Amino acid sequence: MAITTTKSAFWKGLRDSVPFLLVSGPFGLLFGVLAAEAGLNVLEAWTFSMAVFAGSAQFTALQLLQENTPLLIVLVSALAVNLRVAMYSASLTPYLGDAPLWQRACAAYLTVDQSYALSIVKFEDEPQMTTPQRMAYFFGTNGVVAPGWMIATVTGALVGAQIPDSWGLDFVLPLAFLAMTGPMLRTPAHMVACFVAIATALPATLLPYNLGLIVAGVAGMMAGAQAELWFERASARRNASQETRQ
Amino acid sequence: MNGFTPLSLWIIIIGLALGSFGLRFAFIGFMGGRAMPAWLMRHLRYTAVAIIPALVAPLVIWPAPTGGETSLPHLAVAALTFAVGYLTRNVLWALLAGAGGFLALFFLAG
Repeated sequence: MAITTTKSAFWKGLRDSVPFLLVSGPFGLLFGVLAAEAGLNVLEAWTFSMAVFAGSAQFTALQLLQENTPLLIVLVSALAVNLRVAMYSASLTPYLGDAPLWQRACAAYLTVDQSYALSIVKFEDEPQMTTPQRMAYFFGTNGVVAPGWMIATVTGALVGAQIPDSWGLDFVLPLAFLAMTGPMLRTPAHMVACFVAIATALPATLLPYNLGLIVAGVAGMMAGAQAELWFERASARRNASQETRQ
Repeated sequence: MNGFTPLSLWIIIIGLALGSFGLRFAFIGFMGGRAMPAWLMRHLRYTAVAIIPALVAPLVIWPAPTGGETSLPHLAVAALTFAVGYLTRNVLWALLAGAGGFLALFFLAG
């Protein structure tokens, strides 16, 4: 069904995003619990989620803070984890760039995995949408997910303080990240990036101040970018040789 | 607090809030409709798949609950979670598999 009004665009975005509550809910809950385990009170945990609004960066910062990492390295590492939102921002710009500045500022704050994933598909499928309709759809995709994330964080923080250390909750964070990683490996280049990052990360743990994460991340990114070029050239060569044969 | 002060926590919260917003606003706010250089986009595409595994790998090989000693059950649960995510292409199934595996570890440890 094509979107006809700004209001219906908002509601469409809201409805499309409801299934994502099943992902952001548990992640928010987990962040709250781990934050409480790390010694944050409910207000601190909630402010963290509210102000930063970027799950993976929050988890990374929390993990590194507990390992006595220098603050600058915590900041750089957590922001590096979140560099992908810069890519989302760049790819949404052709669709939302004409909106008023205050709307673009709000949209920037709300640029997360699920709002980006839903919106970019919608904007590509329905090129006749106007900029206000696109903006309304984009805000709609966060209509329940953003409040859900905050509520889940607070709930987790309230519960987390009561969970004993012996439950081994520390291991839930790597599991949650692994669950996110599997579906991200869409192309051979993604796998190269992932493999090189892991292969670098293990010996790089010997580096001081948890610098290994940044080194391994950059190595993985460069490997992924190079692999993409290599696979593109290889497939271009294959196509060219097929054409000459025909 | 586990080795960090409230001051460092607030520095991190404020720094991350400003930094994350900056990353998100950079293009949509300042760039207008201009195209991004291809090499930059090509590297940004691989940030998540590089940095997240780099963070996770040491935590899986030297898990915190065993005090950093490599443990086969932990490795197995991690591999299961990753494999389910990769094969189903669905974060939710992977999370469920991870939760199941975590419960198994919990009862195994008694």
